[in-house]
Amino acid sequence: MNVSIGLPWGLILSALVLWSALAFASPFTVRFPRIAPFIFPLGAVGALCVATAGLLALHGPPVATISPLGLPGLPFHGRLDALSGFFLILFGLTTVAISLDLAGYRRHEHYPTAERIGAQYHILLASLTLVFVAADSYSFMIAWEAMALSSYLLVITDHLSGATRRAGFLYLLIEHVGALALLAAFAILIAQGPAGAPLSFTFTALHAAHPDAAVAGLVFILAFLGFGAKAGLIPLHVWLPQAHPVAPSPISALLSSVLLKVGIYGLLRVAFIILPTPAPWWGLTTLSIGLMTALLGALSSAVQNDMKRLLAYSSVENIGLITAGIGLALLFSAYGLKALATLALIAALYHCLNHAFFKGLLFLGTGSVLHATGERRLSRLGGLIHRMPQTALLMLIGTLAIAGVPPLNGFVSEWLTLQAFLKATALPRPYLAMGIPLGAALTALVAGLAGYVMVKFYGIVFLGRPRDAQRAQARESGRLERAGLGLLALLCLLAGVWPAGVIALIRPAAHLLSGANAMITTGDLGARVGVGHATYVPWVLWIALGAIALAAILILRVRAARGARRVPVWNCGHPLASARIQDTAEGFGQPIRDVFAAFLAMRRHRPAQDDRVPRYASTIEDRFWQGLYQPAARGFALLFAATATRQPRRIAISLLGVLMTLIGLLVLAP
Amino acid sequence: MIAHLLVRQTIQILFVIAMAPLLAGWIRQCRAWLSNRSGAGLLQPYRELFKLLRKQPVVAEEASMLFVATPYVVFAAMVVAGAMIPMITTRLLLAGAADAVALAGVFTMARIFAALAAMDLGTAFGSMGARRTMLVGFLAEPALLMVLFTPALISGSTSLVVIVHDLARHGVILYPSMVFAAAAYVMVTLAENARLPVDNPDTHLELTMIHEALNLEYSGRYLALIEWSAAIKLLVYIGIGAALFLPWGITQGPGLAGLPMAYALLVAKLAAAGTGLAAIETLSAKLRLFRVPEFLGTAFLLAVLGLLVRYLFGH
Amino acid sequence: MTTLASAIHLLAALFLLAAFAMLSQRRLANLITLYAWQGAILASCIALAAYATGSAHLYASALLNALLKILLVPALLRSLARRLDVQWDRESLVQIPTVMLIGLGLVIFAFNAALPIAVPGAAINHATVGIALAALLLSLLMMILRATALSQVIGFLALENSLIFAATSVTYGMPMVIEFGIALDVIVGIFILGVFFFHIREQFDSLNIDRIEGHHE
Repeated sequence: MNVSIGLPWGLILSALVLWSALAFASPFTVRFPRIAPFIFPLGAVGALCVATAGLLALHGPPVATISPLGLPGLPFHGRLDALSGFFLILFGLTTVAISLDLAGYRRHEHYPTAERIGAQYHILLASLTLVFVAADSYSFMIAWEAMALSSYLLVITDHLSGATRRAGFLYLLIEHVGALALLAAFAILIAQGPAGAPLSFTFTALHAAHPDAAVAGLVFILAFLGFGAKAGLIPLHVWLPQAHPVAPSPISALLSSVLLKVGIYGLLRVAFIILPTPAPWWGLTTLSIGLMTALLGALSSAVQNDMKRLLAYSSVENIGLITAGIGLALLFSAYGLKALATLALIAALYHCLNHAFFKGLLFLGTGSVLHATGERRLSRLGGLIHRMPQTALLMLIGTLAIAGVPPLNGFVSEWLTLQAFLKATALPRPYLAMGIPLGAALTALVAGLAGYVMVKFYGIVFLGRPRDAQRAQARESGRLERAGLGLLALLCLLAGVWPAGVIALIRPAAHLLSGANAMITTGDLGARVGVGHATYVPWVLWIALGAIALAAILILRVRAARGARRVPVWNCGHPLASARIQDTAEGFGQPIRDVFAAFLAMRRHRPAQDDRVPRYASTIEDRFWQGLYQPAARGFALLFAATATRQPRRIAISLLGVLMTLIGLLVLAP
Repeated sequence: MIAHLLVRQTIQILFVIAMAPLLAGWIRQCRAWLSNRSGAGLLQPYRELFKLLRKQPVVAEEASMLFVATPYVVFAAMVVAGAMIPMITTRLLLAGAADAVALAGVFTMARIFAALAAMDLGTAFGSMGARRTMLVGFLAEPALLMVLFTPALISGSTSLVVIVHDLARHGVILYPSMVFAAAAYVMVTLAENARLPVDNPDTHLELTMIHEALNLEYSGRYLALIEWSAAIKLLVYIGIGAALFLPWGITQGPGLAGLPMAYALLVAKLAAAGTGLAAIETLSAKLRLFRVPEFLGTAFLLAVLGLLVRYLFGH
Repeated sequence: MTTLASAIHLLAALFLLAAFAMLSQRRLANLITLYAWQGAILASCIALAAYATGSAHLYASALLNALLKILLVPALLRSLARRLDVQWDRESLVQIPTVMLIGLGLVIFAFNAALPIAVPGAAINHATVGIALAALLLSLLMMILRATALSQVIGFLALENSLIFAATSVTYGMPMVIEFGIALDVIVGIFILGVFFFHIREQFDSLNIDRIEGHHE
């Protein structure tokens, strides 16, 4: 194998070097404040390099490289193929916006928060890049752990708060459970290699191992657990709604937009490229877990009262939808319907990209709101559209995009997913062919719920009147923040109006995964997507909507002799006494709580008849806490309590136990 | 060719805009007759619209741009929805731009804008209406999608043109699965258009109103646009129903000759459906609000059942 | 596909729709009306089968079913409901949407179970068998989940409807004697049950199943 340093690798290397330098330089900004403003914009340049490298990698042949780093005889292998390329583009573009936002965000933070974020953030970016380009399990796991640790440190930026530390610990814990599962999966695969030959850790060698069906199934389950823990699939999603809200908002944006997608990337890499042809139950498991995750995420986000936690649960929902698409693709692949598998994959990857853009946008927006008001609780916000009109407009785009409304980008991936579901009647098993329409029904229900959630989010934060007089003095966010928001909003619009452009980015990756071309046609200057006879042309919709609205405005305004008269709110004649009369977040979530009461673990407190100070309260917990985690924790506590009593007091004997275990393992090893 | 398409498209848009108030008037008249009243006449909705258009609108001081823009957005969405349904002819300029799924999406867009605008002023009624509208919406939208999927599975495409073409070609054969879809569709139509038994279009009762609560703060031309959009929405829903379940008489040819007949047939279908709607509304009592999810859940499951039946029969 | 076959399929679908509607209905009066509708669909289905085969006894069966299930039984049930003064079923044991979801699962199961069955015959195929099976399971589900005795009886009657439907679709009906026997059984059964209900109500002051179940001794 020859070491080739082409343009893509050059770009990636320079980004890595740049980010390392920035991470190193960041602590010195205290001494040299003049370099401080350049740290994050330079990081954005690195992200742009990575995105470009991804774009170059899409169409060229896969480029492999062996880095001089690593252990002797165990070098790092790198490989840039279409799948890495696609995820690098996703990562790069989103990161440019987040870095811009951080450049503005930095100014609101005091020493040493900004400096710490600067160092850890750039290490995280570098390790993320390495995860996407790693081509052997050894370097993959190293990059993976580096990513986990640096993101953990970023999550606990606000480490003085106990809640933050607890959330960070939960994140670290589940991250490690997942990493253990991944290690086991890779170890099993490596052990399957040809006997006698030296152990090879490269993905190519793992693919060549060709494990039998049972082993492949085991590896798939382990990988699904490991990557599922990263992506936030049930039942390993509990860390996500805890950890994402406590991180600084730009970091939440990065966690939601990119880090969750790393789990998706890994799942795709292992299930489609490393492992042999999938068995049907892989697809069925993935599909059902995905759909359940989506439903649970949507329901939970509808009943949240904290704007960042609402968005975090909405990420759970979106990851669920992406996973459902992957499950569908696995099912199609298992039955040899490769073109359909490609369709489902394109839908899933399209949604990955969309989610990166709009969730990044929304999280960055909550950062601006947080800085302007210092408030995360929805029940204290309101009316920000008057105080922060530009932020409000950009956030409206994100809101509509995530609600899956045409002609924005969220709708395109929803459209593609539903098309893939509709084709599922081609599956040769009756139970599957009949059960899958139920999946389509669930997807549609989740999409409907997403709309509900987003109206709640936007309506309560930006519309109405300020619920708390102290927050009424909010100011528009800085230029750099708005630039970050604007970039992501622009990407949302672009991905909505120009689906063919996005599909061109995805097609090579999907082709690489499934080995077939999709039955998607694009045309009309690249703005039409079609599956069979069904077509969707966003720009025609835009023009038609715009033309009719314009015509209505012109006709009515020209005819109208007088403009509108501005008066106080009518409100059916009742004077508006207090802003508290508006619907609260709890109120807005009430129908969902009632309709789906069975799905939610809810505790209500209602006042008794003779209470002097009546108090209504309801708390909603994740059912998985009560059903799974608390029993597990109790079980472990009991186990430790039981073993602890038998433990001898003397430390030497404990150490002897360690020694004996080590010797035993060495004896047992072949 | 393009000129023909353009002519057809323009006529259909004008037809949808002009006929919607008449349909609303017809339904009101039928309801009046059925409840032994004489009614205000077919043209009453036009009189109301023109009166509203003439008046100077009154807008609250706290209103943002979103509030003022929403009536136009909703109106445009409804007209576009009406423009892309092959209810008269399958050869339309816009029919290729959006399929059944996109149609449901356009309705969702209008609903989200309406709900956001209602929350803009921070009145209790507005946010309550927004919440209720979204409750009806998030259940009705998947039900609508599932209804549309049944014919989509029969014809193998979500394109409305292909669906109508395929259904009309087979003449008198009635698809068993379409029975379920039709039952679900009627329920969705009632819910989405704020008709009884889900919502009473005639009252502004705080405890029960859903759709009317959204429009309380609008006046003048804004209210006219909102009312007009509601009428168009009803026409569009009936038009979709006519295209899916009674696809006869929709012209497929390239010429303009078949159009008058097709329009006459559509008017007949609309009148018949309007009478049926009035009958349903007269016969049913309003559901309590917390029963509405049950009603829509039933519609949703019926539509899913239609998909299953389609698989069983293979057509 | 012939018009006749498509008509039978349509009726089969309507039959299932009626079964589902009964499952989701709370009001007793509506339940009885739906039962009558189901009977009408069944009768027309038998009549179509009679037309297809040209057999006189199927015509007679259609007539019998129509008389019994559209007119007689609903009238009996209505008068029972009126005299017992039960208008509403109490809140169902399980929420209606959940009931419908379970029903949906049963339908999927029934359809799959029926797929391998292929009956020789022009107008009848596995599809109608699947629908009959699904309707049967749904009626059974209704009997299980209903809270009052009268609606359980209606569930039982719907079960009988599904059986007749299955018989018609598989073998073009049963011998005349058996059909008459079943018809007689149904009428006698309703009379006896009606008498029982009055006694039950005098005894327990309620027709709710759990109240009755509470008294085992």
